[in-house]
Amino acid sequence: MALPDSRLDRDTGDTIVSVKNLKKYYPVGRGLFRRQHALLHAVDDISFEVARGEVLGLVGESGCGKTTTGRMLVRLTNPTSGSIIVDQTDVSSISGADMGPFRQKVQMIFQDPYESLDPRMTIFDIVSEPLNVNHIGNLEQREERVAEMLTRVGLAPPATFMFRFPHELSGGQRQRVAIARALVVNPTFVVADEPTSMLDVSIRTGVMKLLTELREDFGISYLYITHDLAVARYLCDRIAVMYLGKIVEIAGSEEVIRNPLHPYARALISAVPVPDPAIARPVPNVRGGVSKPINPHPRCRFYERCPVAQKVCQDSDHPELREVEGNHFAACHLL
Amino acid sequence: MDALLSVEDFTMHYRTKAGWVQAVDGVSFALKRGQALGLVGESGCGKTSVAMSIMRLLPYNAEIKHGRITLGGRDVYAMASEEFRQVRWKEISMIFQAAMNALNPVYTVGSQIVEAIVEHEPETTEEQARRRVAELFDLVGIPADRADHYPHEYSGGMKQRAVIAMALACNPSLIIADEPTTALDVIVQDKILREMEEIRRRINMSMIYISHDISVIAEVSDIVGVMYAGKLMEIGEADDVFKRPRHPYTYGLMHAYPSILGAKRDLATIPGEPPNLMAPPAGCRFNPRCDRATDECRAVEPKLIKAGPEHRIACHNPVWTPSSGGERVGAAR
Ligand SMILES: Nc1ncnc2c1ncn2[C@@H]1O[C@H](COP(=O)(O)OP(=O)(O)OP(=O)(O)O)[C@@H](O)[C@H]1O
Ligand code: SF4
Ligand SMILES: [Mg+2]
Repeated sequence: MALPDSRLDRDTGDTIVSVKNLKKYYPVGRGLFRRQHALLHAVDDISFEVARGEVLGLVGESGCGKTTTGRMLVRLTNPTSGSIIVDQTDVSSISGADMGPFRQKVQMIFQDPYESLDPRMTIFDIVSEPLNVNHIGNLEQREERVAEMLTRVGLAPPATFMFRFPHELSGGQRQRVAIARALVVNPTFVVADEPTSMLDVSIRTGVMKLLTELREDFGISYLYITHDLAVARYLCDRIAVMYLGKIVEIAGSEEVIRNPLHPYARALISAVPVPDPAIARPVPNVRGGVSKPINPHPRCRFYERCPVAQKVCQDSDHPELREVEGNHFAACHLL
Repeated sequence: MDALLSVEDFTMHYRTKAGWVQAVDGVSFALKRGQALGLVGESGCGKTSVAMSIMRLLPYNAEIKHGRITLGGRDVYAMASEEFRQVRWKEISMIFQAAMNALNPVYTVGSQIVEAIVEHEPETTEEQARRRVAELFDLVGIPADRADHYPHEYSGGMKQRAVIAMALACNPSLIIADEPTTALDVIVQDKILREMEEIRRRINMSMIYISHDISVIAEVSDIVGVMYAGKLMEIGEADDVFKRPRHPYTYGLMHAYPSILGAKRDLATIPGEPPNLMAPPAGCRFNPRCDRATDECRAVEPKLIKAGPEHRIACHNPVWTPSSGGERVGAAR
């Protein structure tokens, strides 16, 4: 499959997504009778950009805020505060009439191909739905477009798939349908939330390859959410590592994998199993326990688990993301 | 060393309204005391079915067509059910796929393990069982006072540790762990696998790890078995299978797998999809997806044959990888 590295020349400095100080706090119940709510800081003041044509990976353990971030970018979840600009549109200001054009530019692909497709709809209905919603083309043109997309995602000949139902397709085929639906309106930006994690390896590679090709052919930019660093390495130009609602490190993919700077990123990468029995990985250097970001202390979010924490890490607020090396940002007092 | 477990030409199919599902077909392997076997393969290839066959926990619609499973020399299916009840959990136990989500929410974790012990060892008093739970929790790294907590008060990693403690409760000599870390984050997965391996070595226990993740299997197994569509396609010492995969499916799997190690290389795709096990392809079940398939492959089913001292494959046209010095296959380095 084509390697994203060779494509960096397309990065013309043109920014498609710009996120500033984005926050999402959820009130969490404190028992039946107490009215007072605690706040879960699902996404806590993150800022990043995605360049046109770029794939930015968002990695981290379950519950760290990856999906919430993705959903805010496509306006499926409203932020508590902060700004999101996608393709020159201020996402939070979109109202009724502007929603259509926005939905055409920005799409999301979900993790579970079994749940994200309506079981009562045919493949044609599913893939053409975004065209209907946006009143694009007549029936004949829609059929043509759907056939073209199905062929493009490897469901060929399209006539044999169009009038089947999701349960008549395999997991890999369903994920291809979900991709076809997301791309049928020619979006400029796609949030892909673990689109391959439910797929078997022999099928997964095909879907990964497809996403890369589509990006090259149509110049689509992606936010690629995954917990799998090896997959992120293959698909993404840059990787952002999240921990409890914060981005703790962001840099080029190879740079993050080979030279992680933040203590959490280091532990995470050293814990990834490797397909070679001759290699004995060192024990990841991290303390146990997982905390939830509920009313977090004003200190480094990683403090409890950090193997190298100092007094400053407890005494000062969570550190800012800082450019530690060229284009390599990390949020740690000790770097 | 004698085989602790031996599975010989075992074939088990499921009866369904639509037809027979050929879930396990002619599977053979042996496991020695203290050894760890990794069974790897994609969803639906029959890994859990093999495990349930060994545990003699097959559903009503399962039918054993032929073959034998012996444990310590005794035929598992020839034993009276009363006799086998003395074997299950005490000699072999199992960590079920997604077991951590099956803990009963209305009982404390400790009491669920106490109950399991007393049920399988009626001679054990509750007091003794409770002491055993404390020891087990210590072994798997859960603070003893957590025994009185309910499952929802546990993190995912702790639940999985509790499930491991339950499998260890009656001191078995073999544990089958079906996807024991699949739902966990990598840092927790790393911890749990290390702990399981440490316990295994300490008490010289055997393990069968089942996973769809070849990286996990590479890290914990002495022996690796690769399943495809109900068949064992390749089995051998882990180093051998990973360095010199001989079966085209194994070879394909390893090249389709991204790694964070070494130079980034192109990933291979295996065309098509795994077959419907109600009507698997004639000849080799992998033949429609195999780039080495010949007419023989479409007609004649390959038998598991020797490909090295401890290495067996089921393929008419194995991949040739030079045994030394040559091209390195498997992990990207
Ligand atoms: N009780 C049953 N009745 C009929 N078919 C079954 C039954 N249990 C499993 N199967 C079928 O048998 C085949 C093997 O299933 P099995 O659960 O052993 O696979 P597996 O390798 O463990 O898969 P996974 O990785 O998804 O857990 C599948 O085609 C499955 O649909
Ligand atoms: S027997 Fe033939 S079809 Fe099967 S794996 Fe070997 S070469 Fe391929
Ligand atoms: Mg299974």
